[in-house]
Parts: sequence; structure tokens; C-alpha cells
Amino acid sequence: MSAALNTLLRKRAELLVIARLFFATRGVLEVNTPVLAPAGSTDPLLDSFTTQLNGGSAPSQYLYLQTSPEFYMKRLLAAGSGAIYQLVPCFRNGELSQRHNPEFLMLEWYRPAWTLAELETECCALVDDLLGAAPYTRLTYKQAFIDFVGLDPFAASQENLRQACVACSGIAAEQLDRDGCLDLLLSHKLEPALKNLGRVIVYEFPASQAALAKIHQDKSGNKVASRFELYVDGLELANAYEELTAATEQAARFAADNQQRLALGKPEVVVDVKLLKALQQGLPECSGIALGFDRLIMLACGAASLDDVQTFSAYRW
Amino acid sequence: MANYATNEFKGGLKFMLDGDPCSMMDIEHIKPGKGQAFTRVKYRNLNSGRVGEKTFKSGDSVEGADVVDTDMEYLYTDGEFWHFMKTDGSYEQLGADARALGDTSKWLKEQEVYLVTLYNGAPITITPPNFIVLPVVETDPGLKGDTAQGGSKPAILPTGASVRVPLFVNEGDLLKIDTRTGEYVSRA
Repeated sequence: MSAALNTLLRKRAELLVIARLFFATRGVLEVNTPVLAPAGSTDPLLDSFTTQLNGGSAPSQYLYLQTSPEFYMKRLLAAGSGAIYQLVPCFRNGELSQRHNPEFLMLEWYRPAWTLAELETECCALVDDLLGAAPYTRLTYKQAFIDFVGLDPFAASQENLRQACVACSGIAAEQLDRDGCLDLLLSHKLEPALKNLGRVIVYEFPASQAALAKIHQDKSGNKVASRFELYVDGLELANAYEELTAATEQAARFAADNQQRLALGKPEVVVDVKLLKALQQGLPECSGIALGFDRLIMLACGAASLDDVQTFSAYRW
Repeated sequence: MANYATNEFKGGLKFMLDGDPCSMMDIEHIKPGKGQAFTRVKYRNLNSGRVGEKTFKSGDSVEGADVVDTDMEYLYTDGEFWHFMKTDGSYEQLGADARALGDTSKWLKEQEVYLVTLYNGAPITITPPNFIVLPVVETDPGLKGDTAQGGSKPAILPTGASVRVPLFVNEGDLLKIDTRTGEYVSRA
């Protein structure tokens, strides 16, 4: 075995031990939930791998490889599991780049009765354990855009957003909706600016980007998602929500997602009705977070690409 | 020409952008965890030679450019065009203008084979081989015995190009030159 591979395997193992120790010490239970399941993520901007179950004692069934363990973990929370975490492979089709691999290791955990602020403190403590202690900068999404993109993401007109997109990327912006413009500006202007800022917590995302987070009003009266993202040296590392617990709202978001998928020419995704049932029976108020563990290993190793730190990436299948 | 969607983008793909044929150099997939995917392309404009960047929404497509690379032997110039002949046995001849020739004029040599990029059948870029052998037509006299150490001097090639050479090089010597850097490699 090459010295580089040996070092990598040991570094990966060491970081996994640190993470498990962190949660064990804090009384967070490690769980395992299905990676392959009959319902999937409806997120219009995520594509699941799909396959089929044939044979055995069940009828043929269409199955999704999970894009995150979120739904099953929420079912456990609703059943009264208390605080839980999971280190699990997740799968996202069409994602392969320096920072993406179609299969990657996710660290996801949930804290019943915790606020997003409490979870943020815990996330920073974990990252300090894994990468060494360092200061964190906190920025609202709005302030980050004002500082590094030069416009207010809530107040700017669609026209201004599109002009800014064209200016920094040359994209044919007439086909971009408001969130599309914001995503482009985030990836082309904000993320490069964050490269020089070390660890940055960006919070209060626009309500339209809430996904599975609750929505509240910021101090200017804008509707924002109860969500934060942790960036380290410009790399998106973790995404956290104060979790949506209302079953009707969740069902409405699933339906809206599938409408949007159809509009994008993508197949509808089978909705996890058991998750909706669990929400009806009562998901405790909680905050949850997903952290890309391979990206964290990248940072720990000072590597430039995910391919450098995955044992066998898709480039080396 | 065919259209190519973002998932078919790759280095070397020739496509049309604002009326110019371009060649893709680097392709970067960009995707926030919760957000839209984009494809950022670094490309070379084959008409101007300039390098640029443009982002495409995932799923967008571009029109392919009728661009082919072909090996051709340099024959002669009439002062306005530089004439090349295909080496595929067809003996077909094509004239390239000064813009297509560009900096390759420095490395031009009769009977040498060049990579000629054709757009709609006409030459738009002439790429020299990585290494070419050309004689020195003018340089200061060589210093006997100085075969390794120190110092360099300019030497002029038949094309008018000037390269830095070691002091021991004489007029009439054949030089091997790296056309990508314009640097002297060795005596040939």
C-alpha cells in the first residue's frame, strides 16, 4: 500500500472516531436507517438514483437510493428516539466535480427541543474537535450578499439580479428565476469571497429556499428560513434547519416540489407518506443538521478535491 | 450541427458562442447542496484566440461548431496566404491568412506538418508541432570550449524569430525548439 493511501485511511478512521466519541460523550445515539427505500427526496434540485427490487418474498418495487437519511431519522424522532446521529453514505445523481461525488458520506444529527442557535454552537464545537479550534464569523444571507455581491437579495429587483448574473458569469439570465439568480450569485460571487474568511455561518436564507426548515420573519420583516449553512474556506460543509414539524405544511411542500419537478421535465418522486403520518402523530420540535463528511476530510487533509480523500471516488471506480 | 447539453460538455468540444467557434478547455460543475446546478466553461475563442468563461444553467445546450483538426504540410506563401496541403492522400490545398497563422509564423518551415483547424472548411488556426528544428541564420560567434556554463545570446531563425541560445551555438547550427514556450531545447 502506498504511504499516501495508508495516511488517508488512517486520517479518515481517526476523524470518524473523533466524531463518534463527540456524540457518545454528549449522549447522542448512533442509528442506522435504510439507504434504499420506496420513497425519496422530492427536492426539485436533487436527483435520486433509482433501482428496482425483483424477487424475494415481495412484489417488484421501485426504489430510491437516499439523498439524505432525513426522512427515516425524523420517523425515529417522532417515535421518541431522542437525540440521534448517523454516518451514512448518501447518493445524488448527476453530481460529480472537484467538490461532488455521486456517493458521499453524510454526518447527520438531530436534537429534539433544541433551537437552531444551540445546534450551531454544537456544530462549531464538533468542527473544532475535527479540524482544530478557529473563530467563526456569523453573517445573515442578506448581509453576506450586501457585502460580497453588492445587492440586497430581498429588495433587489429581478432585473437587477439578472444583470448581476450576466455581469459575473455571462449566463443567459432570462431563463433564471429569482432563486436561480441568487444561487448563481452565491456560487460565482459569494463563495469565492468566503474563501478568505475561514469558518463562516450564513443564516436566515430566503423563505423560498427553506426546503424542510421552518420560516420566520427577520428584523426587517422579510420571510426567512430558520436555516444556516457552515462554510469553511468557501467550501459548503453543513446545512442546518429548525425542522418543519407541521404535517400539512410538509405535505404541501412535497406536492409543490413534485409540481416543480414536472415543470422541469423531471419525474415525480414517490412521497414518503409514512413520514407525513409520523408528522401527524407529532414530530418533536427539533433542529437537525447534515454535514458532508468527505468534504470535512478534504479540509482536514488540506486537499483540493474530494477525489483526493475518498477511498475510491467515481473517478477511480 | 448537433447540439450538446451541459452533461455532454467536455474538454476539446467545439461549439458556437455569439457567432464564433470556440473550444472548451475546462468544465466545472457547480451545485449548492440546496440549489440550482450550473456548468462553468472556460473556453478559447478559435477566431480571436482569446480565453473566456461562461456559465450555463444545467440542462442548457450549445450548438456544435463545424470545426475539424487536420494534419497539413506547409508548402509556400504568396505573401497574402500561406498554403498547406492535406497529408491524407487527397493532396487538397488550402490557404490560411495571417490571422489564422498567428504566432505560428515564427515556427514555419516547408514540408513540416502542422495541425490545421478548419472552420466551415477554411483554416482558422495553425498549430505547430511541439518541437521543431530550424537553422540559425544569425548569431554572435560561438565561444569555443563553453559548452555548458553560463550566459545566453539571441539567435535569429530563417522565420525572423529570435530565441535565446547558449554561447556555444554557431550560425548554421540546427536547433531543436519547443514551440509552446519558444525556448531552445538542444542542438539537433
